[in-house]
Amino acid sequence: MIKVEGLTKRYARNVAVDHISFEVEKGQIVGFLGPNGAGKTTTMRMLTCFMPPSEGTAEVAGFDILENPMEVKRRIGYLPESPPVYPEMEVIEYLDFVGRIKGVPKSSLKARIDEVMEKCAITDVRDKEIGKLSKGYRQRVGLAQAILHNPDVLILDEPTAGLDPNQIIETRDLIKGLAGNHTIILSTHILSEVEATCERVVIIAKGKLVAVDTVANLTSRLRGAETVAVEVLAQDGAGDNWTAEVQQRLEQVPGVGRVIRRDSKEGRAQFTVESLTGRHVRPEVARAIVDGGWQLNELHAVGLSLEEIFLQLTAASHAGHHDDTEHGEPAAAEAPAESAAVATESGEKP
Amino acid sequence: MNTFTICRKELSSYFRSPIAYGVMAFFALITGYFFYVAVVFFVQRHLQSTMMGQSVPMDVDEWVVRNVLSNVSVIGLFVLPLIAMRLFAEEKRTGTIELLVTSPIRDWEIIVGKWLAAMVLYLSMLALPLISLLTLFAYGKPDWRPLAIGYLGLILQGGCILAICTFVSTCTKNQIVAGVAGFGISLLLWVMDWVSSFDSSPLYKVISYLSVTSHFESFSKGVLDSKDAIYYVSMIVLGLFLTGRSMESIRWRA
Repeated sequence: MIKVEGLTKRYARNVAVDHISFEVEKGQIVGFLGPNGAGKTTTMRMLTCFMPPSEGTAEVAGFDILENPMEVKRRIGYLPESPPVYPEMEVIEYLDFVGRIKGVPKSSLKARIDEVMEKCAITDVRDKEIGKLSKGYRQRVGLAQAILHNPDVLILDEPTAGLDPNQIIETRDLIKGLAGNHTIILSTHILSEVEATCERVVIIAKGKLVAVDTVANLTSRLRGAETVAVEVLAQDGAGDNWTAEVQQRLEQVPGVGRVIRRDSKEGRAQFTVESLTGRHVRPEVARAIVDGGWQLNELHAVGLSLEEIFLQLTAASHAGHHDDTEHGEPAAAEAPAESAAVATESGEKP
Repeated sequence: MNTFTICRKELSSYFRSPIAYGVMAFFALITGYFFYVAVVFFVQRHLQSTMMGQSVPMDVDEWVVRNVLSNVSVIGLFVLPLIAMRLFAEEKRTGTIELLVTSPIRDWEIIVGKWLAAMVLYLSMLALPLISLLTLFAYGKPDWRPLAIGYLGLILQGGCILAICTFVSTCTKNQIVAGVAGFGISLLLWVMDWVSSFDSSPLYKVISYLSVTSHFESFSKGVLDSKDAIYYVSMIVLGLFLTGRSMESIRWRA
């Protein structure tokens, strides 16, 4: 449905997007993941024909973005980072305007607007001025705008940015509900968002493609080793160095690689426990603490931050290059690149 | 069709913000004042000439209509940048330009639609002094032709200033900046005419030719000169063409 080939955007002083290539199948939800300034928005703007690429091209729904921009625009719904709404317009008036410029046939426009308002749960504010709506409602009006002409492809730039947790969940559910009929690319810098909504993930950093993979593959690859945060309460009458005892005990748990004491005060201590690759140590850790006579106050698996993922992925691709994997400590380095297209600078075709 | 949709949307946002009403009220007040002054002046001249026993032929077309139309044309130069300043600057600021550009409509449809909306607002402003001028028909016998041709001149001159200011509006995100720059340009296009009074060297002639006001003179006299009409039409086309180029550059740089 979407085929990106060597897409590049150069500015006078820097390269915002550097030879990115990937493909998206029909009906998939793809997460476009990267830190701020990675080139996500620029890539999306090129796909939506907002700006032309400096080099390379892309095909959307079978049409080239350079040769057939009108056909591409007809088949794309786009929600930029800040919803493109006119604050002085009423919701229904705005959707009517968008429907007209998107080329929705006039005979079906009214029914279509009602349908979309229903889907995005904005029917109750149909006669309100958009400028007076809350951020969450405005975001949903933006989403309604994007799906109004029933496009094959939806491109959503940080659709949950700036929303409160409830609104984030609602928006994610809404997006998931749209998959199947639409092929969706959504950008985000939050890893858990990709896990919650997407099937595949495209990771870029500093304008370069880092990885294209399914979410399941990627997380299992990255989470080969488990990191667990533990908080322990001391028993009454515990000695001064009870935290050292806890640490020692945790280190003896089979499968645990490293224990780091993060903080301890007033009879409560926090540790970060890292397992060896491929080991799940949470039950054993819990048992060790309880058997040792301490109170387990908290225990949870820690997700990897985006920065750590980039470190691991780039480490993986470098390790693959120098064939330098005998230390085996980065989990990703053990997964060879057969399941994933881990792109390196030199691996990219110009 | 898309042009019409854009135009309708622009008009509705004009009449939803205080800009349209403010500009129209200001315009009504000041053109009303000029009309009043012109009429009083005309009546006094008439009284003076009869008292002195000499009956000078008094021409209401020359003394009132032409006078008012010339004043309206100058006021237009000050007011039109206020109308055009928000056309693109506001879309750039709020990011709605991304919606327009990623919709299956052509750039020229957006540009012409926006310019047309500004024109419609300008036309409704021009209707205000027309009401005063039409009252002349109740008391005298002014010729309708100079009035009609004068109005055609006003429309053409306004269209030309609006096209230039629409272009200026694409150059910035800040509508105040667009307004001030457009105002400066239209002021310059007005005063460029003044050099023609120095002498008739070719350079002065060229500068004076480029001025918008020098071409209005024939219209205000009730003369339809194709040379002047062609100047206005080509300035409108130039302004809208530059707007199109500028929109393209927004996309390259954005």
